[in-house]
Amino acid sequence: MTANKRLKTLGWYLVLAGLGYLFLFPLLFMIVSSFKPESAIFTDLYSLRAILPVGELTLDNYQGVFDKSRIGHYFLNSLLITGGTVVMGLFVNSLLAFSLSRLEWRGQKLILSAVIALMIIPLEAVVVPMLLLVSQLPSLGWEEGRLVLEGSWMNTRHVQMLPFVANAFFIFLFYQFFRDIPKDFDEAAKLDGASPFQIYRHIIVPMSGPVFATVAILHFMVMWNQYLWPIMAVQSEAARPVMPGIQIFFGRETKWGEIFAYASFITLPVLVVFMIFQKRFVRSLAGAGIKG
Amino acid sequence: MHSSINETKSVGLSADAAGAGRATDFRQARRRERRYGYLLSFPALLGLFMFLVLPFLMAVGMSFTDQRLLSPNAAEWVGLRNYERLLSVDWLVQEAERSDLGEVVRDAGGEPEFPSLRTVLRGDPAYREYREFTSWQWGEKRYVLLAKDPRFIQSFLNTLLFVMLVVPLQCGLALGLALLINRQLRGISVFRAIFFSPVVTSIVVVSIVWTFLYHRDVGVLNHYLQALTFGLVGPIDWLGDSDWAMPSIVIMSAWQACGVQMLIFLAGLQGISQDLYEAAELDGAGRWSQFWHITLPGLRNTMVFVILSTTVQAFGLFTQVDVMTGGGPQGSTSTVMFHAVAKGFREQDIAYGSAISVVFFLVILLIALLQKKFFDAREAK
Repeated sequence: MTANKRLKTLGWYLVLAGLGYLFLFPLLFMIVSSFKPESAIFTDLYSLRAILPVGELTLDNYQGVFDKSRIGHYFLNSLLITGGTVVMGLFVNSLLAFSLSRLEWRGQKLILSAVIALMIIPLEAVVVPMLLLVSQLPSLGWEEGRLVLEGSWMNTRHVQMLPFVANAFFIFLFYQFFRDIPKDFDEAAKLDGASPFQIYRHIIVPMSGPVFATVAILHFMVMWNQYLWPIMAVQSEAARPVMPGIQIFFGRETKWGEIFAYASFITLPVLVVFMIFQKRFVRSLAGAGIKG
Repeated sequence: MHSSINETKSVGLSADAAGAGRATDFRQARRRERRYGYLLSFPALLGLFMFLVLPFLMAVGMSFTDQRLLSPNAAEWVGLRNYERLLSVDWLVQEAERSDLGEVVRDAGGEPEFPSLRTVLRGDPAYREYREFTSWQWGEKRYVLLAKDPRFIQSFLNTLLFVMLVVPLQCGLALGLALLINRQLRGISVFRAIFFSPVVTSIVVVSIVWTFLYHRDVGVLNHYLQALTFGLVGPIDWLGDSDWAMPSIVIMSAWQACGVQMLIFLAGLQGISQDLYEAAELDGAGRWSQFWHITLPGLRNTMVFVILSTTVQAFGLFTQVDVMTGGGPQGSTSTVMFHAVAKGFREQDIAYGSAISVVFFLVILLIALLQKKFFDAREAK
């Protein structure tokens, strides 16, 4: 390597490091500050110490958050809502994609174009009427040991799950992947008398690990970060997820250390998933862009 | 011999029978496949219909009624009234007040005084439902723009401003980062992950942290701004100043989301054949010329997708506003979605909120079609 080239490489690293600092600062600052006493957050603010875990470190902020808010409960709600929706979504969306890409039935071309067209309707365009819709849908409930219809879907966990199970974009991702699997496998199985569902279960699903992982990760992120819909459809603490939870906490509390502790705690799951599946993230999003 | 002929015959017969059997088998298999096709499609189609198509149709239908969220009264058909309230704009010119002598009445500052706009609007049946959107004073006249729902007009313009600022900034930033990390350097994937990390962080969390960074007195941004300009600039009240609040949200939003577009651009860059660059190098084309004549044309399809999806996403701006400014100050960060939620949910006027949703969707559709047409035309050239 010539000296010139080495200098150039060093230059690129400096640019990358500078930009990296700008992109990392808010997140690092948030996590680090959540472990510092309130006064230290402000004294460390204008130096590199802001993003370094130095000085007195404490868990008081976390203690404060757990004392003042039902964060654990909200966290559990979010886990249940996210987990349930992702599992149902993987099943339901891949089944439609399988049916569209590998079975023959009347009207499937029409359905395929409809699914693609539906990708353009953003959630925002339908939340207001959907609010009226779910306020009038009855829930199943137990009353004196009997199953009864009661109330509405408002303030429940399932109102945060069921509307987000079927997703046109995810169906499309599955469809693209299934379409490219050679048909020979199905034909062979068909000759052996396998039913379409058996073909789905024993041939397609085992071969489609990557697309299942991609959709699961993307769906997980979308669900964990839900905000607009739950602030409208859920007012009760019982079914509240984490994002509306922190917004309420943020509006009420003035100690930044505790606010950052809350924020760090609810960011943890997505960060963990991101770090484990970093490479898959990159591939999935890049692929979605090119093909979409 | 005989037996052998018989044998062949019988084999032939059974082959025919088997053929007929296979045909029925085949038809049965087809029928079964079709049944499974409907069955397996049903759950997802039901979901899409219930929670996307149906609400959308409901939005269209309810926008012509006076439906409220919780109301004992049945909704009534009101025709285009919601859209009229949403989109009506008008203007009027006010003359300065004159004394009995015909002189213009002036206040202590020497400015002409005008009759109270409220009284004027109340007094004229044609203007009764209008309120002031904005006004300019020119000499002894005052030009007033009126709207039936000035906050919606303001929100719509705010949203347009946001889109026009954030789309170029976010896409430009994304392209820059993609070019930067599209090189063979040790540890480059670490930087790629760092640039992408804000995307996985919830926008609610990001908005809260940036509210702190934007703080007028203790915020890091003002601190460095003042240090770099030796105290000449600032402190700026980023979120509290109606001129700065929207640009502040723009900067944060572009920073948060550009990682997605960066990855898409990166994939686009890696799809451009390396041979083109080598050929250009042989022809003595410089870096800039290569970028202009190979990279940009090679990214055309990617560009269409990125700009379109970023625009659609930007039109839905809601969360940042709800967390950071609540639409203020003076409505300067209220957006179409923020207004739709304020009306449809907080004021429970579902019908009016639905009308806003329909307008919102039509705007998105229009943009999608326009952009597609624009890029198709370029392709045809």
